[in-house]
This record gives sequence, C-alpha cells and structure tokens, in this order.
Amino acid sequence: MAESIKDKVAIVGMGCTQFGERWDTGLEDLVIESAYEAYEDAGIETKDIQAAWVGTMYNTTAAGTLASPLKLGSIPCTRVENACGTGQEALRNACYALIAKAFDLVLVVGVEKMKDLGFGGLAGGPTTSGTEAWRPVYFYGVSPATRYALSATSYFNKYALTPEEGKRMLAKISVKSHYYGARNPKAHLKREVTEERVMKAPIISWPLGLYDCCGVTDGASAAILCRSEDARNFRDDYVVFKGFGAASGPGMGKVLSDYDFTWWDETEAAVRQAYDQAGIKDPRKVIDLVELHDCFSIAELIATESLLLCERGRYKEQMSDIDAYYLEGEMPINISGGLKSFGHPIGASGCRETYENYKQIQGKAQDPSRQKKEWKTDQRLALAHNQGGHPGKFSCNVTVIGLP
Amino acid sequence: MAGIVSYGAYIPICRMSRELLTQVWGKSAGKGEKAVANFDEDTITMAVEACIDALTGMERKAGGLYFASTTPPYREKQCASIIAAALDFPVDEEFFTVDHTNSLRAGTIALRSGLEAVKSKMADKVIIATADCRLPAPNSAYEPLFGDGAAAFVLGDRDIAVEIEGTYTIYSEFMDLWRKEKDTFHLTWEDRFIFEEGYEKHLPLAILGLMAKYKVTKEDFHRFILYAPDPRRHAAMIKRLGLDSEKVQKPHFDQVGHTGCAQTPMMLVEALEEAKPGERILLATYSDGADAFALRVTGQIENIRDRRGVKRHLSSKLMLSNYGKYLLFRDLMEWETERRPPDVSSLTSLWRERNQFLRFHGGKCRQCGTIQHPIQRVCAICQAKDDYEEVGLSNKQGIISSFAMDERAMVKDLPNITCVVDFEGGGRYVGVLTDRESEKVKVGMRVEMTLRNLHDGSGIHNYCWKPRPVRI
Repeated sequence: MAESIKDKVAIVGMGCTQFGERWDTGLEDLVIESAYEAYEDAGIETKDIQAAWVGTMYNTTAAGTLASPLKLGSIPCTRVENACGTGQEALRNACYALIAKAFDLVLVVGVEKMKDLGFGGLAGGPTTSGTEAWRPVYFYGVSPATRYALSATSYFNKYALTPEEGKRMLAKISVKSHYYGARNPKAHLKREVTEERVMKAPIISWPLGLYDCCGVTDGASAAILCRSEDARNFRDDYVVFKGFGAASGPGMGKVLSDYDFTWWDETEAAVRQAYDQAGIKDPRKVIDLVELHDCFSIAELIATESLLLCERGRYKEQMSDIDAYYLEGEMPINISGGLKSFGHPIGASGCRETYENYKQIQGKAQDPSRQKKEWKTDQRLALAHNQGGHPGKFSCNVTVIGLP
Repeated sequence: MAGIVSYGAYIPICRMSRELLTQVWGKSAGKGEKAVANFDEDTITMAVEACIDALTGMERKAGGLYFASTTPPYREKQCASIIAAALDFPVDEEFFTVDHTNSLRAGTIALRSGLEAVKSKMADKVIIATADCRLPAPNSAYEPLFGDGAAAFVLGDRDIAVEIEGTYTIYSEFMDLWRKEKDTFHLTWEDRFIFEEGYEKHLPLAILGLMAKYKVTKEDFHRFILYAPDPRRHAAMIKRLGLDSEKVQKPHFDQVGHTGCAQTPMMLVEALEEAKPGERILLATYSDGADAFALRVTGQIENIRDRRGVKRHLSSKLMLSNYGKYLLFRDLMEWETERRPPDVSSLTSLWRERNQFLRFHGGKCRQCGTIQHPIQRVCAICQAKDDYEEVGLSNKQGIISSFAMDERAMVKDLPNITCVVDFEGGGRYVGVLTDRESEKVKVGMRVEMTLRNLHDGSGIHNYCWKPRPVRI
C-alpha cells in the first residue's frame, strides 16, 4: 500500500552557485561550486555520499557531469532529465531511493551551462528534442516564448482583457520579480524595472516582451538528503519533505480543441497530490512561501491559479492586490526573483527553488531584507513548482517542504 | 471528344510596385506592379493552389497530373508526384505523372500532352498544372517584367466546358532566352534579333498553320490569347496579325507581369471566367517554336463559374513594403552568418508520416469521432487503440483560437506568427500563419490551409500546410 512521503526525508544541506552569465565558469566548476557548498552546509565529505542524482538537460552522462568533476568514486549516479522540470525531478527520485532504504545519504545536483552557445536563447527547446526533433513540420520555429505567448493571447481573450490591459497585468509580475532579483545576491538579473519600462520593452514574441521572459543563465544547485530519523546527525534545523506531486500530461493541447492554454492541467494534478500528501486543505491559509515556475510572466500568472492559490481566471481582480504576492503579503510568490530574475539554468532551477525555500525556513535567506519573518504555522510550509515542456504538454513537479 | 472540364488559377498575394524598383535602381521601371511569390512559395506550391481552384466541387479522381514550369523547385526529382500527393490523389491506382520543363511553351505543351492522353483513352481525366516563378537578375530589364503565377486545367472526355477543336504545333531550335545548367539568371541576344527573327516570325506561323489545317479564318474567332514577351510586342503582334484589339485577351503585364510558361494558360483562365457558350477562342504560345489551339466554349461553362481564377486573385494583394524584403525572400545576397543552428529535417520522418504532413490527414477515432492531428494511434479522448480512419484536413477552414508573433525566429518574414487553428468539423493544428498582415491577426480570424515550403533544412524542400487568412 502506497504511503505519503510526508516527513520521511530530510534536507540536511544545500548549495547554490552564483547565477548569471558565468563566462569564466564551466559546467564542472558549477557542479563543484554548488556541491561543496552543500557539503559544507551539511558538514559532510565526498566519501559520505552513497549515491547521487544529477539533473541536466544538455549534458549526457551522470559520470561525465557529476562523478568526474566531484571524484565521487564508483557509486551509483543517475542522470535525470525532464526539460525545465529537471531539478525537482532529480530531488524526487533521490527521495524515493532513501525511502526505499537503498541508501542513507545522497547527493542531488541540478546544473546547466547555458551560455557557451554564442547566441541568446536555448540550444533547442525541450520539445524539439525527442519525438519532435526530426519532424520538420511539427511545431516548427516555435520558441519557448512563443509557446507561452499562445497562453497569454488566449488568457487575454478568454477574460476579455485588451492587449494593453493584459500586458500591464503581466508587467506588474515582472516588476515584482525584478524587485526581488535586485535584492538577492545570487540572482542573475539584479536591476529593478518600472512598469512603463516593461511595457515599452522590445517584443520577443507578441504579446510577450523582453521583461516578460526569464534570463538564460548558468548555474547549479545541490542538496544533501537523508531519512528524517538520521537528520539530527547532521544538524538541528533540518527541513523535511511534506509532499510531492508529479504529473506528465499526454500533451494533447495542440491536438484537442477544448484546450485553451490558460490552465496548467499537469500543475493542478501534481499540486493536488502534494497537498494531499502534506495534508493541506486550504493552501492559501497554510502555505507561507511559493517558488513557482515563472519562465515567463504569464507562466507565473497561470501557475498561481493552477496551484489553486488564486481562483481560476480571477488573477486580474486580485492584481489590485499585487502586494499579496510580495514578501509581506498574504501569499508571497517568487520572492527570490524567480526564474525570471534569479535566472533559469534548465536543470538547476528546480533545485534552486527548493534551496530558496530551505534557506527561508531556516531564517537564512540571502539578504536579510528578503527574510520571511511571520509564518502562518509552525511547519513553515514552502512550495516549489517546476515544470518542463510547454503549455499543452508539461511534465510537472510540485514539492512542499517545511519544519518537521 | 476531349476538352477542358474545369479551370483554376493562382496569383501570389505579394505584389511589388514598379515604383519601388524605380526608387531602388534610380531609373524608370515602368508603371504598375507585379506578382511576387511569398518567401515560402515556389512553383510546386503555386501549382497546388491552382489545382485546388480548378478542382473546386470535384472529387479528387483523375488518371494523371501534368506539371509544367521552367522553374521547378527540384532539378532532379519529379515535381508532379509531389503535387499529386499534396492534392491527395490516391497512390494505389493507375496514375500518370510528368513534368514538362525547359520551355516557355511548357504550359501549352502539357495542355496538348494531356489532351492527347484523354483522346487516346489513356485516362478519362487528367490535371494540367502550370506555374512559373522566374528569377530575374536584379537591375535587369527582366526585373520589372517577370511575375509569378499559376494556372490549372482539368481535361476530360465528358462535362466539357471548352472543346479543343484543333491544335497545331511547330518546333524551332531558335535561341531566345536560355539558362545553361549552372546559370542563375537568363541569357539572351540583341533584342531586335530575338524579337524579329524569333517571336514575330514563329507565333504567326503557328496561327496560320492552325487556320489552314482546320480551314478557319480569324473572323471565326471571338477572342484571341497571344503569348507576348512584353506589352510593346503584344501590341505589335495584334497589329501584325490584323486583329481587332477588343477581341484580344489582356496579358496583365501591369498587374502580374510575365508569368513564364503560365502566361497564356492564365490568360485562358481569365478568358473563360467571362466566356459565353458558343464562343470560339484562339490561343497561341511562342518559344522553341510555337503552338496554337482552337477552342470552343460550351454551355457547361456556366456550371464552373465558382472559381477564384485570375480576377479574384488579382484583387487580393499585399504590397511588398521594401526591396530588402524581396532580396531576403529570393536569397539574393550574401548574408551575415547565422550563429544559431540551421534548420534540420528528416526524409525518413517525412516519408513515414507523409499522410499527415504532405496530405494533411488527421485521424478520426471510429469510437468517439474525435479528429486528431497529428494522427494519434491511441485516441486522446477514449483511448481506443489503432481504431481510426484518416480524414483530409487541407480543404477545411478554421478559426484562430490563439496566436503569438515571434520577432526573433529564424525565418525570412518576421514576425513568425504561430497560431492555433480549430477546424470546422473538428481537429486542431498549430501552424505558421502565412500571407498575412501581422497587425490584422486576431483571435477568431478565419483561416484556410495552403501548401508551403516550411524550410530547406537538410537539403530538402520541406513542404507542409500552413494556415492563412481566408484569401477571398
């Protein structure tokens, strides 16, 4: 009989590199930088690690990406990949191995070196890999921005917003992301922007402009996990997993006419699993922090609704209360700067989200001005949402962590 | 008996004003405008358009397809077979395909060949598709002159709208315009020689030959369709033949330009759009000799009026805003090196999935009736496995339910507009919107499907169906 994972696995150490355009830093350096910070945080050495998971999209073998730079020795290493949802995927799979008691202490690293390409953007979107890679006709020339722009157009149309109104609504989200990016030392984009600046930015894929899109970023994040009963061997302020949810949609958004791109079905399915495992009935009343997958401003809007943190289609009404999503508000979202401003190294983002939540729960947020002080419950529940694919075809992971 | 059962034409939506050329080169390029194929069009896609027009209201049943062009997109590899597949003619029965090329008379040569095939009972019905997209050298006299266009005819032995009463053909080795194997642009000789010894001597020979062969005179004809290299020579030919210019079909140099081997076929289509039963038409084309046709319109013509033809295509146009765009469309300069990876394709995939790509079939679930493109082996609604029938979607209109306009895409005409199309009768397709004014695109816009070349990745012309705003 399957059981909830609640409180079974603990995070005893985490690390995160400086995110950004790391011209002088290679993939191996990013792995080492994040892993050694996590070792130090957990108070362990390389030899203590019994198994490892690495989440990366563009680098192939676990041996080459992880075992080789860290000199892990001959232990089981697994490479996990689910496009932009890779980081959480790696964490989740490592947890299962601990729950199965296959290992006692494991390492998880999410990493991506994005800026060795010679051009902006991605080397090839997630859905140009795999089954669609060699179908020249199918979804041709559809950049990630375009995929999400389809959602923005559809959302504006469905809820009767003019493009101006819609873009202004999204601009408020980007202003918030940049506000926090500017206050997060490890973030990629550290400059605040005004709503007018966002509105006037060059179009990337209409209706999305430059500031609606996340940074293309180098970075890595690492975690040291063990079963909860062993956590005190490492530290007192450890954090535990309260619930996981994962859902891969069949991807029929571009096949079936009843899909309108304004709702993430996979997110809803995943978050319901996570809330169920964590015993959460009314998320808005008990969740203190949310790091959600905001590769584009519209992604934050729709994810906020699909995570059941806002009524469906009601984001517009609640925009008058955008403060709700700031640190001091009722439902702080992406106060790290999010993928948008903290940056989005594909395989690293999922781990990085949990890194932010872990540090916040411990009271160790980078830059004290961003530290969450008032908590709704003693559990300090924080949610991370990470997804790969595109509207209509996602692989989604949701993770809730908190104090034991 | 054999004759024309149906007709159709196609003129690309893009037009270039000759004023634009005057500005670019600083010398008069004349008046009016010319039709220019969009960046994703070629003679295969234009021929498909003309055939779709000609096949309006008819089932896709024929014994062959004759393609004619001096500018086929493949030098080796038959184009007619690609056109036939895009038109969804069955592959499991007898079907004759052929490309006629190398001559500005290729269109009427194909017409004659198809006619002989029907007469000899090789087939009940054949399709003639002719298109040209000739590339003039920049800043040459041909640049303002050449235009792009296509025409198609269905020939058959019943329901004949235009009887072909007689044909007469002569050949000549005369060198007029030519391109050797590796020439990009046309070569010729002093124009006085070319016109006096070539056009002006050969075309009348075919016309007189036809009249002598069938014992008819010019008074027997109500309308004349005459090939001409340019407007001046057209006027001179009318005079030379002593024709009443009221009876001579206008060649549309001012609106379309010289459409190569599709010129006289397109003029015939326009003539048929207004021809009355009983009308007799003489059509003559020159190049590598000349040919002449005696045609008689029947009462059946009234039943095939519902065509886009030439006239309706003429009135639907988008002006090219600048010459740079044209240079991009035709790839006429050396460009900055693209740092992003090139487009790729896979012949294997194109072949394996040809029914859903080139024929644009969706799968209709036999259990729940849901139409799905690309074809799903397991139904997305009811999970029925391998229980679907293929249905054609290329003739469906649809509504745009969402769209995005990418300003950074690696395409020749930004923005690259991706749109989600929901077809009437079911089915959805996410594709690139073409032949559009980006500022007019909106949710709810009605679109139709058109075959285009998506890109040339991996050395292949990757044809696919694109939505475009309903043109007419």
